[in-house]
Amino acid sequence: MDWVNAIVQGVLIGGLYALFAAGLSLIFGVMRLVNIAHGDMIVAAAYLALVIVQATGLHPLASALLVVPLMALIGYAMQRVLLNPTIGKDLLSPLLVTFGISVILQNGLLVAFTADSRRLAAGSIETASIQLAPGLSLGVLPLLMFAASVLIIFGMELVFFRTSLGRAFRATSDDPEVAQLMNLNRNHVFGMAMALSAAVVAIAGIFLAIRTNFDPASGPARLIFGFEAVIIGGLGNLWGTLAGGVVLGVAQAVGAQISPGWQILAGHLVFFLVLGLRPRGLFPRMD
Amino acid sequence: MAQAYSIERSTRASRITAIVALLALAALAAAPWWAGRADLRLLGEVYSFVALATLWNLLAGYAGLVSVGQQAYVGFGGYALFALAMFLGVHPLLAIVLAGIAGALIAIPVAPLLFRLQGAYFAIGTWVLAEVFRLGFAQVSSLGGGSGISLPAGVVAGIAASRPLREMLVYWVALAIAVAAIGFVVLLLRSRIGLALTALRDSELASESLGIDIWRTKLLVYVGVAGLTSMTGAFIFLQKLRVSPDAAFSVNDWTAYVIFIAVIGGIGTIEGPIVGTVIFFLLRETLADLGTTYLMILGAVAILVMLRAPQGLWGWFAARTGLTLVPVRRRVVFSDQSK
Amino acid sequence: MAEPILSIASLKAGYGDFQALFGIDLEVGPGETLALIGANGAGKTTLLRAITGLVGCAPAMVRLDGRPIGGMRPDRIAALGVAMVPEGRRLFRSLSVEENLLIGGERARRGDWTLERVYDLFPILRERRRNPATALSGGQQQMVAIGRALMANPRLILFDEISLGLAPVVIRDIYAAVPAIMASGVSAILVEQDVTRALAVARKFVCLQEGRVSLAGRPGEHDRQAITAAYFGLAR
Repeated sequence: MDWVNAIVQGVLIGGLYALFAAGLSLIFGVMRLVNIAHGDMIVAAAYLALVIVQATGLHPLASALLVVPLMALIGYAMQRVLLNPTIGKDLLSPLLVTFGISVILQNGLLVAFTADSRRLAAGSIETASIQLAPGLSLGVLPLLMFAASVLIIFGMELVFFRTSLGRAFRATSDDPEVAQLMNLNRNHVFGMAMALSAAVVAIAGIFLAIRTNFDPASGPARLIFGFEAVIIGGLGNLWGTLAGGVVLGVAQAVGAQISPGWQILAGHLVFFLVLGLRPRGLFPRMD
Repeated sequence: MAQAYSIERSTRASRITAIVALLALAALAAAPWWAGRADLRLLGEVYSFVALATLWNLLAGYAGLVSVGQQAYVGFGGYALFALAMFLGVHPLLAIVLAGIAGALIAIPVAPLLFRLQGAYFAIGTWVLAEVFRLGFAQVSSLGGGSGISLPAGVVAGIAASRPLREMLVYWVALAIAVAAIGFVVLLLRSRIGLALTALRDSELASESLGIDIWRTKLLVYVGVAGLTSMTGAFIFLQKLRVSPDAAFSVNDWTAYVIFIAVIGGIGTIEGPIVGTVIFFLLRETLADLGTTYLMILGAVAILVMLRAPQGLWGWFAARTGLTLVPVRRRVVFSDQSK
Repeated sequence: MAEPILSIASLKAGYGDFQALFGIDLEVGPGETLALIGANGAGKTTLLRAITGLVGCAPAMVRLDGRPIGGMRPDRIAALGVAMVPEGRRLFRSLSVEENLLIGGERARRGDWTLERVYDLFPILRERRRNPATALSGGQQQMVAIGRALMANPRLILFDEISLGLAPVVIRDIYAAVPAIMASGVSAILVEQDVTRALAVARKFVCLQEGRVSLAGRPGEHDRQAITAAYFGLAR
């Protein structure tokens, strides 16, 4: 039963990984940018939620009402001021600017909050669970988060394929020059993409803060988990990314069952395995 | 109208540079006789960063392989040195060379995997590799597991009979590694592969049509850099005398600093990483007590350089003066202008 | 004569060190169609890129309704009512036919062109509106590109080589739509390799050669030989 339990937990945490991945994937899809600061932004959002909860006494989940718009705003500004000037020139400049942002964020959080690990308490909902079978129970909170992650990914699909903003994203990604001739301001479109990514990052940060301990150095691992989910699932396919997150979550859970030291390592090895056997991911987009 | 021309690589400045560089090298080689013990240590550290930044620059600035995971090879080299010296009784200085070879060998199967990652995703892939190494070495209990291990005194004593002699030898090894790294990059860029890389940088499509095997060229660069980075890592941890997973595979120490050095000095030039390292150490010696803040300042300066002067300090200087000290590209010289 | 919609005065433009245009002057009046002809590399595409803002130039070199727009951001110029049918069509490949049209009408000026009118003009597009744009035949893709430009309700529309690579029968279909487009009162610049066809549609023409205007006038004004000379740069 331990194994079944581990796998179920792995599936549920996979939803969170998919959430880490979704924002990363969106940015890459629209502007071919890999945001190395993505994980650190997730952790920064977690700290933002922490500060807001402490200051206002809001429930952590309710803090999203403030954290999401704030992060979206920060994302938009970051894109316009720091990233847009580097996009389209070469691979190196945007990558290195996000790397710089990552280092600054990480060390800034360290100065502001020390290296102590923190956690957001979500109250009684944390311990609530549903008994599925003797010895197998599902936490209400992880289940809720998984459902929310699926809903958010569904929402992102809707935005991307059913709205004029999504049309602008896809058009700018296809042909940035001609998109400008369609009355689309490239800088604004990219800013909106980063804002949307940062809004998803905000939710991911709050969920992270409730589920696990976090500290200023937690960012890179979140970036890597998100990245692995993207590659395992296959580029340009958000449902594939969800599946990738689940595969990664299960791999880590199984690894942890073998030995605690193998939890993260098992995830990395599955990633390299997929890269070796199916370089386009398990669910590549048809085109 | 036909005009007489020749193709030259060297400039007058570069010939002077060659002489000055040789003199400087001789002076640096003589450092054990004019510098104190602490200075030698510091210089050793400077050389290792010159090597790391030069090698990263070759990867990212010339071959388009932007890595944020070079700590994989720094740490691997460090652990390889400890393992070779402790378990096989290899002389530590020989172990540095062997660690380099081991690093290159391990890069051969790894590279094809990483090359499957599209564009900028390659960067994060290199980071995952470094994490695999970190978590993997943490599992090896004979190398201290997660908490690390110190180099036994007996091994250290085995380097040379007396302490001054030991320090002298270690210093020269560091200098040799830096010279080897720069030499490797310069020679590589002057070879056929250098031409291939330049073509590659201009247009991947065009170079493919010229019959350049992009994949093999990149593989060669990646493996060569991995080997030399591992050697540098082996030296770094020989000087530190202690290795642990977190120190060996630290992204801040072996990649963040190195990238900032290369960016500030000037990516895509030979001189840039050297200039960047000098600035890095000057700043560090004056801002040492700032600690965490120092890293943030460096990050901010690097971002500013990327946005305002992406060619870096040396690139900016060279563009204004037309100076090239270490020429790696060929120039067409028209005979009526060359006089 | 009515105030011109577009007036270009001593326009110089190029890419980096390479100068492609050396002082171009021309005007397009309301509802007027100007044929822009010239050999490959004469500077026709650069001229269109300067009008749309994809290539920089001094503000006063390009005026729309008397307002200097040279060097303005492309999306701003588009918002003022300049639309382009780019060479090679350049449809958005991840968008459907209808989405390609809709994006042309994004934040468009007010006017008569709607999805319905574009579908009336090119009925085949209505049938195929759910298809990915790049799944269509070349001629149908060209219709999408034209429709996409019309959706913006432009005052000035730039056609860059709309017959390039298409079969003669398809070209005829495309050109059959031109009178209906012009009837809506839009002004146009038509870049075309096929000089005879261009001159048949246009009220006036400008011939470029090596970045300069080598001949300009009305189609009937100059004989065949003069145009050929201006086109290829033969002895004048």
